[in-house]
Amino acid sequence: MAPIIEVRNLTKQFGKGKERVTAVDSVSFAIEPGETVCLVGESGCGKSTTGRMVAGLLEATSGEVLFEGKNIKQLDSAAFRRYRQTVQIIHQDPYSSLNPTQTISQILTAPLLRHNKVKNRVAAEARALEILEVVDLTPARDVIAKYPHQLSGGQRQRVAVARALTVDPKFIVADEAVSMVDVSIRVSILTMLARLKKEFDVTFLFITHDLALAKYFAWEGRITVMYLGRIVEDGPTQRLINDPRHPYTQALLSAVPEADPELAQHKRQIELRGAEIPSLLALPPGCTFHPRCPYFVPGRCDAAVPALEALDVGGRVACPVRRQERVSLLV
Amino acid sequence: MMGVIQGIWHWLTTTLKLMTYNKAGFIGFLATCAILIICLIGPFFIPLDTKTKLDQIYQPPSAEHWFGTDHQGRDIFSQIVHGGKDVIYVAAIAAFLSTFIAVTFGTLAAFAGGKVDSGIMGVTDIILTIPQFPLLAVLAAFITFDNITYLGLFLGALSWPALLRAVRSQALSLKERDFVEAARALDLGTGHIVFRELVPNMMTYIVISFTLALTAAVYTQVGLVLLGLVPVSSSNWGVMISLAWTQGAIFFRDAMWRIMMPILAIALFQLSVITMTRSLELAFNPRLRTMV
Amino acid sequence: MAKNKLDWQTGDANDGRAPLSLENVHVAYNTRRGKVRAIRGVTLDLHAGESLALIGESGSGKSTLGLAIVRLLPDTAETAPGVITYRRNGREVDVLQLKPGELREFRWSECAMVFQAALNAFNPVLKVWAQALDTAKAHGWHDKDAVRRRLVELLEFVQLDPKRVIDAYPHELSGGMRQRVLIALSLLLNPQILILDEPTTALDIITQRTIIKLLRELKEDQGFTMIFISHDLAIAAELADRVATMYAGRVVELGASDDIFYRPRHPYTLGLIRAVPTVTGGFEQLFSIPGSPPDLVDLPKGCKFHPRCAFATERCKQEEPELEEVGPGHTAACWHWHEVEAELRRNPLHRGALNLTDVIAVDVEVA
Repeated sequence: MAPIIEVRNLTKQFGKGKERVTAVDSVSFAIEPGETVCLVGESGCGKSTTGRMVAGLLEATSGEVLFEGKNIKQLDSAAFRRYRQTVQIIHQDPYSSLNPTQTISQILTAPLLRHNKVKNRVAAEARALEILEVVDLTPARDVIAKYPHQLSGGQRQRVAVARALTVDPKFIVADEAVSMVDVSIRVSILTMLARLKKEFDVTFLFITHDLALAKYFAWEGRITVMYLGRIVEDGPTQRLINDPRHPYTQALLSAVPEADPELAQHKRQIELRGAEIPSLLALPPGCTFHPRCPYFVPGRCDAAVPALEALDVGGRVACPVRRQERVSLLV
Repeated sequence: MMGVIQGIWHWLTTTLKLMTYNKAGFIGFLATCAILIICLIGPFFIPLDTKTKLDQIYQPPSAEHWFGTDHQGRDIFSQIVHGGKDVIYVAAIAAFLSTFIAVTFGTLAAFAGGKVDSGIMGVTDIILTIPQFPLLAVLAAFITFDNITYLGLFLGALSWPALLRAVRSQALSLKERDFVEAARALDLGTGHIVFRELVPNMMTYIVISFTLALTAAVYTQVGLVLLGLVPVSSSNWGVMISLAWTQGAIFFRDAMWRIMMPILAIALFQLSVITMTRSLELAFNPRLRTMV
Repeated sequence: MAKNKLDWQTGDANDGRAPLSLENVHVAYNTRRGKVRAIRGVTLDLHAGESLALIGESGSGKSTLGLAIVRLLPDTAETAPGVITYRRNGREVDVLQLKPGELREFRWSECAMVFQAALNAFNPVLKVWAQALDTAKAHGWHDKDAVRRRLVELLEFVQLDPKRVIDAYPHELSGGMRQRVLIALSLLLNPQILILDEPTTALDIITQRTIIKLLRELKEDQGFTMIFISHDLAIAAELADRVATMYAGRVVELGASDDIFYRPRHPYTLGLIRAVPTVTGGFEQLFSIPGSPPDLVDLPKGCKFHPRCAFATERCKQEEPELEEVGPGHTAACWHWHEVEAELRRNPLHRGALNLTDVIAVDVEVA
């Protein structure tokens, strides 16, 4: 099957002159219909910027975004409209993603009417009620007349999902979609998103900083790890979580605090050589992780940007130091 | 039809309820209403005293003449009642026009960005640097403002730049909000984004700017009249001050009431409007509105 | 780095009594909508040298409780009835009755609060050194050199380079560095108790880990008495000796960390644990708690958790349970804790020893 979304050498720079930073640097990946891909990394790694470029909300400095095999910049207006509606985004903050001056009804009926998904207002209202049921906001009749601030964070996030569903999307960029929702409710939203995947054939690009959530949501899918604008490793979730190959992925996994006291006590920690993330304004040469990497090899890691190489266990990794060498390097 | 009436009723009751949350603001609102009623409806009930009564000149306030009398023994109160309408009318026209220009082009500049933005901001900066009052004074020499509507439009056409800059910066920050980005992703169109997403969230700001433009227009207008640059013939608070002044009212004590009363009327109106903005701030706050 | 024992006045000067005791603490706010009952009767002791985690969701009252202990609540807050007893060197005070001058002394010298490392925890126009000096001066410590020596010592302890940090403005520091500076500043006046509100929230994972390590050191090497406030269960698992689960303004379960994570007896605690994934180990089915946290203005009758609880019966709708002993040093406020125990026997949590086998597997892989 052809990928629904593919990005090639996607690059985004912000600012001018000395202040110029490369937020996303030559990122390439492809997502097949029905796949679940998680984009994982710490703040400033470019994951959200990548997501917004994929959703067509931010223009790339160079490189291309392909929707069903065609560059979105070369789509004619009808095709672009289809892309716009097929690819939707769900934001992190449910308090800023809904307009406080509109009722849930107004929020949901506007796109339905605009894109002629329904004949008239009455039909739009009815369809809005149906969609609210889909996102488990029941009873829908109680919710539809409310304003966003009358709902809890979790309910608002469901409204945001419902709004995306009004235009029958096939690809949803979920940008930290549950990180601001109460812990006890997160799972139910993830379960709801997983149901959309099955019932409406929605493909997800799930962006998160939380590896445990990524593992849970994309257990059957893939995880892509970004560091300072570049992909350092990707691969099937189960392999990446249990057998991480890039030192950064390993450091990340070992650093995640665990909600289990014994595990927390016994988890092996990888000691980094430096704690601070370099500034995007002054990126280290070569592999940008080298100043912190425990397996740093002078002359190799700081010389050239390592390319992503395919792994026999699935996925790709960008590290010039082989696994066999690493053990000796640690001592 | 019933729905519309209910909607309007709900809007009005919500607005009033929110206005009462700030006591000073609500008093300002009541005072503004009172002044408007007196100035707009008063003239139909209180005839303008035009008869010269030489035995009654420059009387202090009394039960018969609430605000005293002028140099021809005419009742000042009746003049005040008749003199407010034009002042408020001109100020309202000016405020409407400047708010309209500022909101429309300010949001457009913020939203369109690029060349449109720099174009609009260029014009704005040029107009902002022109000293308005002297310009008006010069213009008054060439154009006769015999129609007060023109005067209002003219004041409005010159007083929008500061407000436009403020609206633009508001819109710029709102534009970055996720719900605007979501509207873009949903392809809801620029019209929808400006009028449904941005403007409703700027309502507090717009309403307050409107009242401030209103007060500014009152001062500019009175200033122009006082300097005699605008030959407005009808009775008007500005004309009253101007006449009293040119006839030397500031030099003798008996004439104090004649010059003080229109000044007080203007000050009271301005004070009421400005205090009222405290309540307006609450009434048009989208969050508070939906909480009632 | 400085591993030597810093000069704290710890030790058991309270005859074995808890340095901090909360007794039936209440906090309420009057709002236009009605009375917000943020804390409804919290009683607990904080023992010397222990670290206690307060966990719960938004609106559970955990942050309000932290603010109440250092009296940083807004003026509109009502704190009656309730007693917060603070003890040091045989002296005993009720924090809620302190006068403004005493309160200022108490806040830094006895009980310091560390806020989330946001920029607004600092005065943006003051350098780190100036912030420290201001704090010291406000507490009558005018010996500049001594303050500087102390600050340098503390910055070294939190593993920052004093030369680089001491003359920096807050915005010049990264989030992790700011959090360290906040911790260092809070230790400046030698407090007995440290309260940390969401100490790792909004920090990156690797930075979180370094802060956790630092706090562990404070706890284990320096024997500090600490309260952690967090919505993140992992922070409690990583750092706490005891954990208090809060819901709707009350402590609903209190026990040793292992008891809470492996033998929870309150349905809410169990729900939270089942909702949080661990990154190590295989796939584990997670479950969320239905419904939303309650409206603090309009609380349900009976047990406040009953509308979301799978174990709820008619009794739960009528009567609110008090904390009762469910094990040694382990209390829970639930009428049906025996059923929670039975449920755990039927569907055990994949935690603790079960997960450890996976850890060992990963260790082998990494080595």
